[in-house]
Parts: sequence; structure tokens; C-alpha cells
Amino acid sequence: MRYVIIGAGPAGVIAAEALRRNDAGCSIKLFGAEQEPPYSRMALPYYLIDRIDEAGAYLRKSADHYADLNIEVAQQRVGAVAGAARTLTLECGATVAFDKLLIATGSRPLRPPIPGLDLPGVRSCWTLEDGRHIARRASKGAAVVLMGAGFIGCIVLEALALRGVELTVIEMGDRMVPRMLDQTAGNLLKQWCQAKGVKVLTSTRVEAIEQDGGRLRARLDNGAVLGADLVISATGVQANIDFLAGSGIDTDAGILVNNRLQSSLPDIYAAGDVCQGRDFSTGEFNVQAIQPTAADHGRIAALNMAGRDVAHQGSVNMNVLDTLGLISTSYGLWMGVAGGESAELLDAERYRYLSLKFQDDVLVGAQALGLTQHVGVLRGLIQTRLKLGKWKDHLLHDPTRVMEAYLGSTQAIGHNAAAL
Amino acid sequence: MQKSLQIEPEKCTGCLQCELACSYRAEGVFNPAKSRIKVFNFHEQGRFVPYTCTQCSEAWCMHACPVEAIVLNEQTGSKDVLTDVCVGCKVCTIACPFGTVNYDQDSKVVYKCDLCGGDPQCATACPTAAITYVDAEHTGLARMRAHAASAAGIDSSED
Repeated sequence: MRYVIIGAGPAGVIAAEALRRNDAGCSIKLFGAEQEPPYSRMALPYYLIDRIDEAGAYLRKSADHYADLNIEVAQQRVGAVAGAARTLTLECGATVAFDKLLIATGSRPLRPPIPGLDLPGVRSCWTLEDGRHIARRASKGAAVVLMGAGFIGCIVLEALALRGVELTVIEMGDRMVPRMLDQTAGNLLKQWCQAKGVKVLTSTRVEAIEQDGGRLRARLDNGAVLGADLVISATGVQANIDFLAGSGIDTDAGILVNNRLQSSLPDIYAAGDVCQGRDFSTGEFNVQAIQPTAADHGRIAALNMAGRDVAHQGSVNMNVLDTLGLISTSYGLWMGVAGGESAELLDAERYRYLSLKFQDDVLVGAQALGLTQHVGVLRGLIQTRLKLGKWKDHLLHDPTRVMEAYLGSTQAIGHNAAAL
Repeated sequence: MQKSLQIEPEKCTGCLQCELACSYRAEGVFNPAKSRIKVFNFHEQGRFVPYTCTQCSEAWCMHACPVEAIVLNEQTGSKDVLTDVCVGCKVCTIACPFGTVNYDQDSKVVYKCDLCGGDPQCATACPTAAITYVDAEHTGLARMRAHAASAAGIDSSED
């Protein structure tokens, strides 16, 4: 069996490893478009603050990891896929045949239609090469304009602030991280950043970026003009599906898949940011573009490719952010559901917030600011659709008791737990 | 035969010696806030429930880690955090459905139970044998793991 994987991010690498565990004799080829060993974009902010070197961002630390597993890794961009013929064409011109293909090409930064976005000195923070560039330009005291206070924007924000730059963040939404945090949490996070010396402008857009001698100028829709040594664009991502035009593979925002992560062509699967997979909470198929979902997809797609019949039940959308020391988390239907109850605890002065959303007596979503202990149990409660019974009432009074609600409602603590 | 922690909550008196022993072993301080094991207080019922990582075979934390900073300890079966590799991204803390991987804002890395490398100090410290370290078969581990597997509908027999 000849397996080919396009994309050397987490989904592709995890899939390659899972294929090898399931089939010792198969051929596995993994194509990555960047001239780097497989690495994690999630680690880039930590590279920017010198917490790690480049190798610290690599997905696997052993230099022989892929060779030991007989996984052939090639730094070659794939230009096109011929689905029916089961071949793909590399940009260098070579043709590669496959029996089964996994597309895990991830996503790339959206480029908003703003004049001047292609000026040198305007950069995304997406690739290791971007990281190297930013590390050179974002020196202490440099004026940096960051477009976008979404998830990636906020991760970059922390790294930039720690590098000691003069930072201004421009977000067109009415709060920070609007796709992950509600008004209360998103605005508290904004206050927190401002208290730490980072200027955050919400409900504001950059209208144009202009060259100003050796520097840049960002024109805002409120009339203000900001001088900048560096502009970083972090206004969202889009799936890398353009190269699939004419392949016969159906796409929407990402590659359309069934619950085996199989595309419209049965021998071709998709995983990670490029895959429009099932959302656990809504049952709908959408692009989540988060690391845990990429890991889920990679593993499940590989098992199905290897002939195992494993259904993907849907991935819970979840995010965690550390913004200058304030940790925010959100899960599932954090915005709540019609007719569902909520439990809320807010201590704005201490930047503490916990919000739980229920449907009947099942937790369906949650958000937290400043919670670092046992936060994962929120996932457990959501994903097991645990009926909380009387514990829901306890949580309505005191939402901090999520671990007690879990332990008190399950048998997962050992054979005596039923007595509780 | 690998061993695992067996927790019998009805024997727990809530003395917290496990938390002190754990934090001392792991961090060199007597500080329950840094303990890997945590005693939950069900004060309405006068009950205490010690709880920590079950070293589940799904290892959600390990699979979610983007930089291979959580690894399987082949000897004990524990999933151990390599603190010099961990970048502190916290994805494991939200991925673990049991809530047993936590982030430490002082050290800026995550921490979890590593069974003290095979000599768990919580079990040694427990005066009432509410926490013991026994053959994995005896702890209902299979059931715990089945529960963990059902959390995401993933067939756990792969590994």
C-alpha cells in the first residue's frame, strides 16, 4: 500500500505515525511545502521570546524519527492532485502515484483587502520564516502595529510585548478574541492588556498601509495615523485548498468529508485546518483550525485509511490563550444555547471570570479567565455529555466546583466512586 | 505488570498529607497548590476524594502536545512532561478531559502526575491507605480507560 500525505504539520505527522503503527510494511511519503523539518506553528511565539530555538519548535525532536519509522519526508510543494488517476504533481514537475492520499495542507493567513499589505515590513506571523523576520525587526522600542486581536493575534501580542516593542493592536471586532470570548471576557482581556501598557483599539480598522521613508504608516478608519517599524497582519486564516481546483475533490471553506474524514473521492482523506470536519457541539461540518482537532483528525483519518472503521464523533472546539499572564479558555458552545441556563462568576478587579453554559443538565460550553487548575475537566464534561443532575444546581451556585461535579457524577475515580 | 494508583475515597480523611508529599517530591516545597494530586472536598457529605491523572492510554495530553514534550514512560506507563521541552502553550491542559494537567505560572510549564517514577509519594504518605500503588488490574483501570475512550469516541485498542 502506498500512502501519501500532503502537509507536514501536526495532522500530517500524527497520521503518518498512526499509519506506520497499523501497517508495518506500507510505504509512507510525507510532503511539506516549507524548507524546514516538520514544526509547530504553535511554538512560534515561544521562539520569538527566545524561550526555545528553532529546533524547539520541531514536532519531533529526534533527527532520525522519520527515518526510524520509514516515513519518507520531502520538502516539496504539491502543485496539483489528479483524484481519479490517483497521482499528484509536485511543483518541481515530478509525478507521484498513491493508493491512498491524506490532504493535511493546513491553512494560511487571510489577506484582507488593504492597500499596502504587500509592502516589505508587513508580515504575518505564521511560518518559521516569518518568525525569523519578526525577530530581526521587532527589537526593543520598535513601533509595531498588530492587525487583529483574534487567537493568533493574541498569541503574537504576548511575544511582541515581551520583546519590549511599542505595540498597538487594531481589532475590527468590538472586543478581543471575539470568536472565542464573550463581551465580558473579551473586554476584560482588553483592559488587562491596556493596564500592561499595550494599546488596544477595538471596533477599528486599518484602511491603508503606506511607505514612509524607511518606516511604515498605518491609516486607521478613525482618522488616526500610526507610524510603525513593522506591521503584523493576523486577521484570520483560510484553508489551503486552491491547489485542488480540478482534482475532483469537493470543497467548501475546507475539504468536505464524511465522518470517516473521507473526501468526495473515496481514496482521499483530509485532516486538520484544511478539513471541514464535524463539530462535536453542533453536529455541523466546519473548519475549526485548532491544534487538538488537527491531532484528532490525523489519527482518525489514518486509522480509516488503514482499513479500520473508526467514526469521528466530532471535535470540541477549544482554545487556550495566555495574554501577558492572563489565561483565557473557551470550549464548545461558549455563547450558550437558546433556552439553556448559565452559571457565571465574575471578579472584574482580579480579572477572574468563569461562565458555564448548560442545555438541560448537560454542560455544552464554557469560558474562563484566570483559571489554570483542572480546566480540562470542562472538556470532559462537555464531551461525555454527562448528565449532571443535582450537580447542575450546585454549579449554578458555585461554578468553580466543576471537578467536584465531575467526580461526584462519574465512576472514573475507581470502584468506590459509585457510593458518592 | 505495571502498577497504578488505587484510590479508595471512603478511606480518605482529608488530611492532605498526599498533597504535601507530592509537592515536596515534585517541587521541593510543602505547597498543596503545587501538588499533582488533589483532594476534593465534598463538605455537604463529609467526604473527601483524592484525584490525579489515571495515566489513561488515550493520553489526550500527549497527543495534543505540539512539541513532543509529553512522553510515555515505558517502565511505569506514566505520561511525563519534559519540562525543558514544554513551551508552556497549555494545549494539553485543555485537552485532558480529566483536568489533571495544570499550568504553573511560576515555572511557565505544565505539570502532571508522573507516579514519582514508580514510587508515588502520595501513596507512601497516606496514613489510611486511601491511596495505594498496586497492580493495574486491581484498580478498575480498565473501566476508567473505557470511560476515557468514550469521551471522544476513539477506539482505544490501537495502541
